[in-house]
Amino acid sequence: MLNPISAAFKKAKTENRPALLTYTVAGDSSKKQSLDILKSISKNADILELGVPHNTPVADGSQIQTSAYRAIKKGIKINDIFRIVRDFKRFDKNKPIILMGYYNMIFQYGDNNFLKKCKNSGVNGLIVVDLPWPENKDFAKKCRKKSIYFIQLLSPTTTSKRLKKIIQNSHPMNYFISMLSTTGGKLKVSPRQILKNYNRIKKINPKKEIVIGFGITEKTIGKLKSADGLVVGSAICKEITRSLDSRQNPVTNVSKLVKKLKNKIK
Amino acid sequence: MKLIKGIPVIDQGNQLGFWGGKFGGNFVPETLKKPIEDLEILFNKLKKDKKFITERDRYFENWVGAPTRFIKLENLTNYIGGAQIWSKVVSDANGGAHKIYNATVHCLLAKRSGKKIICGDTGAGYAGKMLSMAAKKFGLKCKIFMGAKDIARQQPNVKAMKKNGAEVIPVYSGSQTLVDAVSECMRFWVANCDTTAMCVGSTVGPAVFVRICGWSTSQISRELKVQLIEEFGSIPKKLKLYNCVGGGSSSFGFWNEFMDYDKKQVEFIGVEAGGPAKSKKHAAPLTYGSKIGILHGAAQYVNQNSDGQIEETESISAGLDYPGISPLHCFLKDTKRARYTAASDEEALSAFKLVTKFEDLRPSLEPSHAFFVALKEAKKLSKDTVVVVNSCGDAYKDRGILEQRLGKKYVKSN
Repeated sequence: MLNPISAAFKKAKTENRPALLTYTVAGDSSKKQSLDILKSISKNADILELGVPHNTPVADGSQIQTSAYRAIKKGIKINDIFRIVRDFKRFDKNKPIILMGYYNMIFQYGDNNFLKKCKNSGVNGLIVVDLPWPENKDFAKKCRKKSIYFIQLLSPTTTSKRLKKIIQNSHPMNYFISMLSTTGGKLKVSPRQILKNYNRIKKINPKKEIVIGFGITEKTIGKLKSADGLVVGSAICKEITRSLDSRQNPVTNVSKLVKKLKNKIK
Repeated sequence: MKLIKGIPVIDQGNQLGFWGGKFGGNFVPETLKKPIEDLEILFNKLKKDKKFITERDRYFENWVGAPTRFIKLENLTNYIGGAQIWSKVVSDANGGAHKIYNATVHCLLAKRSGKKIICGDTGAGYAGKMLSMAAKKFGLKCKIFMGAKDIARQQPNVKAMKKNGAEVIPVYSGSQTLVDAVSECMRFWVANCDTTAMCVGSTVGPAVFVRICGWSTSQISRELKVQLIEEFGSIPKKLKLYNCVGGGSSSFGFWNEFMDYDKKQVEFIGVEAGGPAKSKKHAAPLTYGSKIGILHGAAQYVNQNSDGQIEETESISAGLDYPGISPLHCFLKDTKRARYTAASDEEALSAFKLVTKFEDLRPSLEPSHAFFVALKEAKKLSKDTVVVVNSCGDAYKDRGILEQRLGKKYVKSN
């Protein structure tokens, strides 16, 4: 069976648009609410990234940190996250889910145990922010055995030689970080330049799906349409924070935002 | 797991930067892979470069003020009535603590790499203060990340940083202490690694930072070795080196040159921060059996919960208030080369009172932890045993806490 992640890219391509990937933090602002958000955005998002909140996130900007701290404060545990994924999959079994987090949480859970739980709950892919190549070789292999995509991160600082090696060993989807920034930074590079870098990577192996993330908002998403996929994370986390601050319903507000994002790339 | 004789411990990691196959490494976002590799290449080249070593030594001598004193604490020795008690007064160094060595080397490296800005983290404020001094000396712009809680409790050092022209950026996330300052500094580097060099303030972080810091602070044991031979004619038959351990930079530097001696001759004792006597929180992952985890790019023993969330620490001493510990110390613990124990806040304060009562020496709260254990153990040791405590910081920065906890008479006005 085709991994639902690949199926999602295929579907987006037939509609002549990039896949829309959303990122929300599991348990933000509560377990139930984060599940409700996933359900409400699933009709407009192609792939759902679910953040595993960690309290020393070295690559996340303030928006995602705020979401993560909020979720941790409410007591979210890894097992709750698997339950959220499982419950969501009962609602929409074909929508791909990617967990994104930091390695210590996987390490403490145990690599094999963690992957078993991923498989059982319906996780389709993993992004581990602080487990770069080649350190991630063994872990990526274990993922492959479970038919879970291990998604490699690529950055503007990744050298050509390294890019080639990473892509050669990579699973069908990779993630290009648009600029030197933590998540949610203001886009400090022009979309044209980002696409230029993106195309350079894409050329190495056109069969691999490459998504672009970091700094993508409602304003900028339309200009990056030619990519295989686009990730919006901090802008969504920010919308949750804004909704909570103004006593509005984050579920409806995030749902509206994702719909708008989708319209921009149609 | 084994220590290898004849090879510096900083160079005993494997290809991926793991000591003993499991401590350290480079658990970093992809963006930092290249800048870290560049720094590794530069450091590996320069540490073999005679001209660079000469340059470093010249700054250590003329600017840092090497060697720092090695003195006998006669009154304390008489009072305790056991081993001879000595101190390596590393707080003599320019700026008042050992952090100057690492800061100087990082600025020298930054200059060589053509970077114009340097960023760093700080807990007690010494790493930040020294980096601001060195940055000023070498004409670099300096940004210091410091937890908001630490800014409030270590004001003298904050003032010094600002006076040196550094920008002090308060960190409000998490526990608002060193752990969050290091995270925020790494985030800043992720976003600015094209123009900015990063200095990690201790022997923690991705492997190359552990190595650079350990290489820099080893100046302390190089000096001590010479001083011991001058004083005793040879390395004493029974030598015990006591040092506080937070991240582990001063202790590693204090021990490095003695690594190959049998531990029956030269014993290393690391003293972690046990926190307030009544609190369950502490900053002593080695003493209290914390599990291995990943923090700030490196695998190490670290205080964490079962899910892998890093736990908040508590200690009177901002410089030791860190949930993890250098991979080098994890390695020294598991190879049994060093012994680790903890002292509580109250014990550190009592040692500070005792040292200042008998001697003209004012160790900061960090080395006061080491003094507590050294003085306790010295009582039971023979007169021919030489106990040396690294007084790696000066108490001036702690005046607020000391006044609050012990009263005005323990605070000097200088």
